[in-house]
Amino acid sequence: MSTTPDMDVATTASQFTTKDRPTWDLYSRCIHCGLCLNQCPTYRVLGREADSPRGRIYQVLLVDEGRLKLADEVVTHIDRCLGCLACQTACPSGVQYGKILERARTEIETNYQRSWLTEKLRRYFYGSVLHRFDKLASVAKLVRFYQRSGMQTLARSSGLLKLMGTQELDALSPRIDDDFFFREIGNVYPAVGERRGRVAFLAGCVASVAFAELNRATIRVLTRNGVEVLVSQGQTCCGALHAHGGYLEKARELARKNIDAMMADGIDAIVTNAAGCGAMMKEYGELLEHDAEYQLKARRFAAQVRDVNEYLAEIGLRAPKKKIAGRVTYQDPCHLAHGQGVRSAPRELLKAAGLELVEMERADDCCGSAGTYNVTQNELSMKILDAKMENVAAVEPEIVATANVGCMLQLRAGLERKKMKARVMHVIEVLDEVY
Amino acid sequence: MSFDEVITQLQGLLGAQHVLHRPEDLMLYEYDASVDKGTPGAVVFPSTTEEVAALVRLAHRAEVSVVPRGAGTGLSGGSISRDRGIVIVFTRMNRILEVDVANRRAVVQPGVVNLDLSAAVARYGLYFAPDPSSQKACTIGGNVAENSGGPHTLAQGVTVNHVTGIEVVLGTGEIARFGGKCIDTCGYDVTGYFTGSEGTLGIVTEITVKLVRKAEAVATLLAIYNTVDEGANSVVEITAEGITPTALEMLDGLTLRTVEEATHAGYPMDSGAVLLVELEGLREEVEEQAALVRGVCMRNGAREVRRAKDETERALLWKGRKNAFAAIGRLAPSYYTQDGVVPRSKIPQTLRYIAEVSKKYGLTIANIFHAGDGNMHPAILFDLRDPDQLKRTVAAGADILAYCVSLGGSITGEHGVGMEKNALMPLLFNETDLDVMHRLHDAFNPGVLNPQKVFPTPRSCRETGSASLPPELRRRP
Repeated sequence: MSTTPDMDVATTASQFTTKDRPTWDLYSRCIHCGLCLNQCPTYRVLGREADSPRGRIYQVLLVDEGRLKLADEVVTHIDRCLGCLACQTACPSGVQYGKILERARTEIETNYQRSWLTEKLRRYFYGSVLHRFDKLASVAKLVRFYQRSGMQTLARSSGLLKLMGTQELDALSPRIDDDFFFREIGNVYPAVGERRGRVAFLAGCVASVAFAELNRATIRVLTRNGVEVLVSQGQTCCGALHAHGGYLEKARELARKNIDAMMADGIDAIVTNAAGCGAMMKEYGELLEHDAEYQLKARRFAAQVRDVNEYLAEIGLRAPKKKIAGRVTYQDPCHLAHGQGVRSAPRELLKAAGLELVEMERADDCCGSAGTYNVTQNELSMKILDAKMENVAAVEPEIVATANVGCMLQLRAGLERKKMKARVMHVIEVLDEVY
Repeated sequence: MSFDEVITQLQGLLGAQHVLHRPEDLMLYEYDASVDKGTPGAVVFPSTTEEVAALVRLAHRAEVSVVPRGAGTGLSGGSISRDRGIVIVFTRMNRILEVDVANRRAVVQPGVVNLDLSAAVARYGLYFAPDPSSQKACTIGGNVAENSGGPHTLAQGVTVNHVTGIEVVLGTGEIARFGGKCIDTCGYDVTGYFTGSEGTLGIVTEITVKLVRKAEAVATLLAIYNTVDEGANSVVEITAEGITPTALEMLDGLTLRTVEEATHAGYPMDSGAVLLVELEGLREEVEEQAALVRGVCMRNGAREVRRAKDETERALLWKGRKNAFAAIGRLAPSYYTQDGVVPRSKIPQTLRYIAEVSKKYGLTIANIFHAGDGNMHPAILFDLRDPDQLKRTVAAGADILAYCVSLGGSITGEHGVGMEKNALMPLLFNETDLDVMHRLHDAFNPGVLNPQKVFPTPRSCRETGSASLPPELRRRP
């Protein structure tokens, strides 16, 4: 028998150092049964154990046991995770994969050196842009200038983007709004007719510069359904991008700020139109569980969080003024279906608007958008998107509805890639047309 | 040939990107869903039968072992390399090659996921019948290797009853084809012989399977009992009455409470056992049998017999059962499950014996099993950080399996022997029996394919010091 290579890559001790390190209690729930594998978009595309939920948990364990170094290989596989949480839905053992992932990423950001440029960019965005709405506005204005001044047209037509390999990224970047939503923060919008509820509304960071109109539509749909909407002064980014990116401390800071700003007397719910923000805010209780001062408030806050679809389905829609006809298919946003378990509410709302709902295969498979994933892992994201679009195309929809802005951008790019004609709409945009 | 040379040649055959050989990559293939571990020397991802044949020939020349792996959901270590050999993963051979609706056959590559095939043929009203609990992840190649069963085995049979043809790469690197789409009784039933051989005879590279038509009517009943005995007695009587359920599953109180917490399937938290009974067929026939089953259950002390009102309720009841095995992971840091078989008339006494074993060793044991087949699945709960508990777990497991054999049963119903139970084979087979199987083995495989599996090896006997389970009974390294 011939010899095998030396297996000595082991280090001696755990590579984890932070107070947010992944713990045995978290990953020992995984009995490596493998039921998650085929639900994982990256495993489905790459076919490698290292790019599956089970494999990622195992790598975290190996690093903790000191058998594996926190080096390029592990980081690559953890980076490739979409964080879609389809594995959590599939897992019968109740493994909190999302938590393990966030904690592993916190360790990576603390103990692993990325390339100079990546490091700088990450620090800049997570550290000082997303949650500082003045800076976010300045950055957005720059992008808007690029989009409107003719530079984008020039870059696209000249083949410059192709040359730089950023063609896909360009297609995915949202169109920056002419009129940011920031000025509307602090406003109160009274209910139309009899008041049936009162909610605090999260404006969101990226949504405020790229989806301001969707925010306005959300307020219109809510008020026309008898809900008073407070766009609480002093609110900030929900912290989801920070938490998923490995900046848990920053996420905690933002959570505290939102708790202070948005918890008001007499509100029935804290509402968002972004699945990722909703999933994050519902976890504020766990995020701040060791914060003596905020622990209780955070749990109360989390209990009040509702996705706008969930909230509307709960209170029941008023009879719409008109109906719209058409064939719609619904793409489950991961952080709504897997993160919050909200699946039937958006479907009910679409049907209530008069649309014919046709289910595509694997509607709750991630589209590959995943926050910043389609930018940072563009190639893989496009493969995941192409698989998704096969299922979309098979049901020949006129409208592809979803309930998260990231998914909307990705699906639009997907339709373009497939040269398909259909409208991508947020459920709220559909409702906005019938009220 | 040095192993480095083997790697170089593998890279030449498949392309460097389809060969893993760095330690950090190999560690990800040292486990499957069983309690066993073993790090391979290389992991390869072929895309054609010819590539598989070429790499087996290479392994043969270099005297390195080859182990096939589907999704790594197996429960007996079948896909683990015991001697740092080459693991072949089939994620690139995952295409459905043909769906022949008229003849109700599908031709698939081994990496196709079990449930993906059923999903792909659902529009024709057809499905692939073998339904192991891991069906949303496990592959058909793996099903063939392990001769997998599931809850519907009772009526539909195991995988061997649904495979009509195979293409295999033998241990010599030869490619052979047996069977096809038709009923084929000419010559030896090699297809049947390969199914369940756990990768020790050949590597299946193409499979022709039967597709089954969905029944006109389905009734799913949930009988709720205060005691395990009442449930067990109902099982015996249902089959004795000549009723033929498509599935007959039992969960004891501990299991059903855990499952309920995990899936909210609607199992009553305060009951001692539930029986899940499924009936399929023509509408009238199903109605008649449902009434009979209800009668038997009530006579045997059922508190209540519920019936799923629609497909959603049915799916929920099954979700509970399908996820039960892994949901047990919530109860303790570790658990160990076997799948010994007993004649179904002896289920009540076997359950009583398991309760005694539980008391004797001071270990909690959860029971969930294919009652219709007498295929027990006691899950022994323990904490692997406690060496004494580990020792007691091993002993308790061996006691239960020995008891199953003493009743005229077997050490495994569907999980396979692999490297987990190979030392127990002498409980079932004498020297002559084993020798016959050895000779059949040698006719196809000179030794390169999945060595040290299925057959008791001197090595594992020495290691354990007795015909007992391997000492490396661990869920994690």
